[in-house]
Amino acid sequence: MGLSPRPEPHFVETTGNEPWITTKLDAFINWGRSNSLWPMPFGTACCAIEFMATAASKYDIARFGMERQAFSPRQADLLICAGRVPFKLAPVLRRIWQQMPQPKWCISMGACASTGGMFDNYAVVQGIDSIIPVDVYVPGCPPRPEGLLYGIMMLQKKVMNERSGDKSLRNEMEPDPKSQLYIAPSVIDEVSEPFGNSIHQTRSGL
Amino acid sequence: MSKYGQSFSPVVAGSALGSQAPAPVTPKSVPHRGGEPNPSAAAIGQQFAGAVKRVDVVWGETTVYIDRDRVHDVIRWLHDDASQQYDYLSDVTAVEFRDLEQPLEVVWHLRSLPYRRFLRVKVQLEKGTPLDVPSVWDIYRGADWMEREAYDMFGITFAGHPDLRRLLMWEQYSEGYPLRKDFPLRGRFSRSEQLRQALAANPEARYSQDELSIAEAFEDLPADMRRRLQRGDKVGE
Repeated sequence: MGLSPRPEPHFVETTGNEPWITTKLDAFINWGRSNSLWPMPFGTACCAIEFMATAASKYDIARFGMERQAFSPRQADLLICAGRVPFKLAPVLRRIWQQMPQPKWCISMGACASTGGMFDNYAVVQGIDSIIPVDVYVPGCPPRPEGLLYGIMMLQKKVMNERSGDKSLRNEMEPDPKSQLYIAPSVIDEVSEPFGNSIHQTRSGL
Repeated sequence: MSKYGQSFSPVVAGSALGSQAPAPVTPKSVPHRGGEPNPSAAAIGQQFAGAVKRVDVVWGETTVYIDRDRVHDVIRWLHDDASQQYDYLSDVTAVEFRDLEQPLEVVWHLRSLPYRRFLRVKVQLEKGTPLDVPSVWDIYRGADWMEREAYDMFGITFAGHPDLRRLLMWEQYSEGYPLRKDFPLRGRFSRSEQLRQALAANPEARYSQDELSIAEAFEDLPADMRRRLQRGDKVGE
């Protein structure tokens, strides 16, 4: 056949001196989590094309433990929002984020998802961080696959540095108007009117 | 026989021109204005006296300005008459000009495949009058979503449309009609108010199972595919 014979499988000795290591539990868990992220692409525009290129054979995010693309939010732990999000899609994106089980992370891919990009108009959300929490922002219009890979590797570093004892990382808070920290939208509008921010930019006269 | 009536019959482009007609060629030099008008424009003028307000020929394309009250009859005749056969409605849209005095225009792009003709029909709606034109949904079913879009973006009501709702913006959208010139680019409300209203919407209520369902198309499938689906076989393998 021209093929070399299959080597005999090597069994670890179950008696005698077994190899063993010591490590921190956090390091072990985070190592596992960061190298088996299950991404769910939320592709709405041209960034999704670059995401497909990233997932395809040349750039191949399977090398980073993302072999399995999840197309259901319930079996995903990384949301990659690739493309602009119009206001009509805002409740859908938030619902998808709420459907993902903890632990979960989010990458905002491209200028539109991160800031609204060139679509500074009546229809487009000015940055998905006003709807859901974002871990890594990838700039570019659209970002090249290398850019997305770099963002993914940054997220892996971030996951590696998490502490599983820190419950606040996994807290999902709804804005509570009774809380001392709550700022009403009208107040945000008033405060930000002269400056503009990603949510509220200086209004045009007409 | 499907629920949509007559069975399928192919349309051959240029079939009404006869076998002696020359093959269509790309025109080489087209004047900006004053080219050869589409013969349908003169035919409308003869058939409907006084309905045609103006005929423009720009870059070889003919635009006919029609009286608002008679546009439905004109389009019906263009569709039905054997000498016209405008069987394809490629677009329904509207135009508002920066000059606020200028009337708003509703545009129909009609194409006659058998005669290889293109005709642009326009109706001018004066500012301050109700933006109201007849729907052509009863002539071309394809007008459905295009009229909904024009309603959504410009606030033009198409009388006779069976289901005139917003198409692109959501139904509770209350800031107005985005493509009108008096609409601010970033909308009327502040960003936080826009976001609050958008997030308050319930997606399930908007995208109902009925609307997403393809079950009602089941009867229109070919008989062998229906049999396979009823048996629970996989299709496409």
